[in-house]
Amino acid sequence: MSSVAHLRARAEAEAARLPPLLAQAEHLAGTVLLGEHGRRRAGMGDDFWQYRPVQPGDSLRMIDWRRSAKSDAQFVRQREWQVAQSVMLWVDAAPSMQFASGKDGVRKGERARLLALAVAILLIRSGERVGLTGTLLPPRRGEGQILRLTEMFLQEDGGDYGTPETKAMLPHARALFVSDFMGDFEAFSQALTKAADRGVRGVCYQVLDPAEEDFPYRGRAVFESMGGTLSHETKKADDLRQRYVEKLAERRERLRDLCRVTGWRYGTHHTGDSAQAALLWLHRALENRG
Amino acid sequence: MIGGLAIGFVTPWLLAALVILPVLWLILRAIPPAPVKRLFPGVVLLLGLTDDDTVTDRTPWWLLVLRMLAVAAVIIGLAGPLLNPQEREDGQGPLLVLLDASWASASDWDARRAMVEALLEEAARDGRVVAVQRLSAPEELRFAQADVWTSRMAGVLPMAWEADAATHETFVAGLGEQAFDTIWLSDGLERGGREAVLSALQARGDVRVVQTGRGALALAPPTYEDGKVLLTAKRTQAALEREITVQAIGLDPAGTERVLAALPITFEAGSAQAETALSLPSELRARVTRFEIAGVRSAGAVSLSDDSLRRREVALIAGREDREGLQLLSPLHYLRQALVETADVLEGALTDVLPANPDVIVLADVAVLSEGETAAMLEWLDQGGLLLRFAGPRLAASEVSRTEEDPLLPVRLRAGGRSVGGAMSWGEPKSLAPFDVDSPFYGLSVPDEVTVTAQVVAQPDPTLADRVIAELSDGTPLVTRKAVGQGQVVLVHVTANAQWSALPLSGLFVQMLDRLAVLSATGADAEERMAGTTWQPVKVLDGFGRLEDGQTLAGVTGEAMLEAPLSMDLRPGLYRDGDRLLALNVLRAEDDLQPVRWPADVPVEGLRGAVTTDLSGYFLAAALILLAVDVLASLAVSGRLWGARVAAVVLAGLALPQEILAQEVFADHAQEVVLGHIVTGNRGVDDTALAGLRGLGMVLNFRTSVEPAAPVSVDLESDELAFFPLLYWPITPDQPTPSREAYAKLNTYLRSGGMILFDTRDGDVAGFGTSSPNGRKLQSLATGLDIPPLDPVPSDHVLTRTFYLLQDFPGRYLSRDVWVEAAPPDAEQIEGMPFRNLNDGVTPVVIGGNDWAAAWARDAMGNTMYPVGRGRSGERQREIAYRFGVNLVMHVLTGNYKSDQVHVPALLDRLGQ
Repeated sequence: MSSVAHLRARAEAEAARLPPLLAQAEHLAGTVLLGEHGRRRAGMGDDFWQYRPVQPGDSLRMIDWRRSAKSDAQFVRQREWQVAQSVMLWVDAAPSMQFASGKDGVRKGERARLLALAVAILLIRSGERVGLTGTLLPPRRGEGQILRLTEMFLQEDGGDYGTPETKAMLPHARALFVSDFMGDFEAFSQALTKAADRGVRGVCYQVLDPAEEDFPYRGRAVFESMGGTLSHETKKADDLRQRYVEKLAERRERLRDLCRVTGWRYGTHHTGDSAQAALLWLHRALENRG
Repeated sequence: MIGGLAIGFVTPWLLAALVILPVLWLILRAIPPAPVKRLFPGVVLLLGLTDDDTVTDRTPWWLLVLRMLAVAAVIIGLAGPLLNPQEREDGQGPLLVLLDASWASASDWDARRAMVEALLEEAARDGRVVAVQRLSAPEELRFAQADVWTSRMAGVLPMAWEADAATHETFVAGLGEQAFDTIWLSDGLERGGREAVLSALQARGDVRVVQTGRGALALAPPTYEDGKVLLTAKRTQAALEREITVQAIGLDPAGTERVLAALPITFEAGSAQAETALSLPSELRARVTRFEIAGVRSAGAVSLSDDSLRRREVALIAGREDREGLQLLSPLHYLRQALVETADVLEGALTDVLPANPDVIVLADVAVLSEGETAAMLEWLDQGGLLLRFAGPRLAASEVSRTEEDPLLPVRLRAGGRSVGGAMSWGEPKSLAPFDVDSPFYGLSVPDEVTVTAQVVAQPDPTLADRVIAELSDGTPLVTRKAVGQGQVVLVHVTANAQWSALPLSGLFVQMLDRLAVLSATGADAEERMAGTTWQPVKVLDGFGRLEDGQTLAGVTGEAMLEAPLSMDLRPGLYRDGDRLLALNVLRAEDDLQPVRWPADVPVEGLRGAVTTDLSGYFLAAALILLAVDVLASLAVSGRLWGARVAAVVLAGLALPQEILAQEVFADHAQEVVLGHIVTGNRGVDDTALAGLRGLGMVLNFRTSVEPAAPVSVDLESDELAFFPLLYWPITPDQPTPSREAYAKLNTYLRSGGMILFDTRDGDVAGFGTSSPNGRKLQSLATGLDIPPLDPVPSDHVLTRTFYLLQDFPGRYLSRDVWVEAAPPDAEQIEGMPFRNLNDGVTPVVIGGNDWAAAWARDAMGNTMYPVGRGRSGERQREIAYRFGVNLVMHVLTGNYKSDQVHVPALLDRLGQ
């Protein structure tokens, strides 16, 4: 009895969380669509395909007003759909992504999910198939997929640092890995090589907190990972700063190298910066099919 | 006592707690300062990094020492350390604490009181009853519990006098038969009757004497000799050379008391007396109210000054001295002789003398004064002058005060006067009657040789009896007096020379002048001068040398003033009798200070070394400070001091006054051209003015190289004006008049090259000669300003051609009445030149009523805000208004550059000539 009520309550709580993320992502995606619109550049499917009646879920901007004005119903003008790509997303949901410096800071995981979902919306709107890596949610088209993706993104992993899931990678698909890439570098390297072997190209997007970049700590401190598995104690944190920054740069360089070798693109984003710029970069990077 | 240090403890067993310090050391050593725990995903990258410094986890030794010291200080502080703990003295029975309590003990009274309090405390511990007595003001001897006396000690103060023999006797008489021990706090001065007191006390018990080794120091009354003030200081301890500073204190011209002069006096080694001469201008000397030995708080170190330092200014005026008279017959000779020693004598015409405002004017045989002189004299009398007139042949022959009393004579005079005892008259020369009690001369003895042979005679009047202050033996008035305003007129009915009487030849003449306060006070023949007088205390000195009001005290006879020793009834201070002011000082000129010599069997000890100080407060405070340092040090060790520093800096920043911000805002204006308008308080007018300046700024920006920043509203009272080249001042009838400081600021602004554009905004109703409320307000505002003569703008004024060529200066209204600084009168138009050569000076003000701001006003979008005129002609008028504004700003910024004749050819060319 209680489990039903419990389930219901949880479901409602989850559902309540869903719209903000979705709305945020829609909003973010909307800014990019608007920006792209003015460029009059030929996108995928320039040719007219058909008018179809408006269905729930279509945004107003998709309505073809010229056609709609000729009759009582509203129509959406669909363009010729060309070969759709599959895009596979992996968003790191490990506890390390829960980190945010300062009280009001944005968590890395939040930003990563937001960006991934916004990219997914953009891709789905432009007719691509989007799914998650692994077997949980294979790439599909349609608005419903956005909801499913949102739901999946809200789940969190255990452990301390995340590793990309490379099972069931579709050959020659595209992929987007969003993470802080603080985890085991070897595991990541293997995953990426495996994906590249299957002809998957994509983007590694490293989301970092400004504190991770600058290391603004001083004095005596014990640093612990978010899961609590690792810890390091120091007497003078400010002395470590220079070496930390160097090591971070080194890891970033290795990531960049790995990406170059495998034909992926590598980008960095700080949670202190604007999400919109990051989305623009991601959108451009994913469109840029090599 | 512990070792050489005189430190004892109230609860020494508490010191045993110091044993725990080593234990504490071990405990504290083991506990390192706690690190901060931080969640940080980047820890992956930190793994393997080691610290450069290999500091142990243990607390640094110096921090440990700090904490140990803090704990030790707490323990020692709680144990109650005492510096100089008192040795317990055995004593039983009543104790008398006897204080000399004279002026000589005032300088170290605090130490004496502390000593007495310590004695009382000790007596309280021993359970003895105590009596505290002051020898200078003995009371009935009452023994009471020590704490009763402790509560009364605040009221036990030194007196400004010392005990004399009589007081000593009274004291001894009041001792009774009771046996008691005595502690005598002596001031170190020898005085009569002390032996008697000592023996009486020794008869009743042990006597211990406590006295300081410093000795007494006093200042004798200042004397005046040869234009210098002689100051004499005396002391009891003559052994060593010593330098003291004497200050002359008086009122400065503003009426506040300050040190007018200070000079050192050096006692030679072995000398008990030192002198110095102080030379002061007479103006300054007259203002000196007292001399003080700097740094000594005692009535003896204060010497009040009275009239003796004041030289009275006496103006001597005789009637016409055109005849070749013998010197001894001169009406002024004897006066001059009597006065020259003690007063500053002025001689000259009355009109020359009166502005010098002398204290006394002597008219010797002057009958008639002109009307103007009479008026001036009356005014001078009203302010307290003393007019002393002597009769003479001319006064007797004149018609002055015959039928009606002259305002400058105390009585009406009978024609001709009278002469007695001469060759052609009956009777003997008359002598003087003894002086009446009410007379100011009362007490002076009348020598027999003073006779009167001729005099002017007063007519009997109802007021005559009151006005006579000296008369002849037959009752005829000889000296009469009446009050005029605050001053007085005195008529001596005989001549000032020996022609009519022998009075000027006698010493009485000088004494009478002295009583009339004609002479400055001197020490000579003091007894006679003081005889029969009564002196009212004005200010009296307390033991510490502070002046107190003495008006409530009883008067003192002149004889007592001279001789009686100081006591409760005769306190040192300032005394007044009529116009004379006399100072009675603690030390009289002839007094010397004698150090006391105690018999060998009396133990004498010093005042110092007996004071117990409780040190626990210091130790506990030190512990607190150490703990505070420990907080900072701990923060520093754990690397968290930075945050504390930031907090401190932020707090300090918050505490900064806001004014600095305002200053900075205005300092920004210095970097750009900023137009400003004066805030009138009328919101609409102010907004229009700001918008007008904004519009003008836009036009300047478009058309000229002047690019003004956004205009500013200027509050005259609070803002700095120096940054504004041009201030626009719209006039409203109800705006507040600026304060005096604001006017000063405005005048500085105008003088240093600023320009104010006054706008009465009533160009449609006001013209030449007519006035509007705004115009009247402008007049009242401008009265405080330093504005040069004004002219309507002449057609060749530089304002007509600084940027545009203009002849009209319209705003919203089209009135030609615009006023600027007038051209210099010598500006001539040179033949063939269109302009006069007006090369100097930017006009500091431009005054008009055309409501320029409204014509210039633009909103933030650049749209005009107010209509000007009608249609295109209106727009043309607005354009001309802008051009006027441009010309005005150009005029302010470039001065009379365009007035320079160099530009004439170009201008002529443009004018089409």
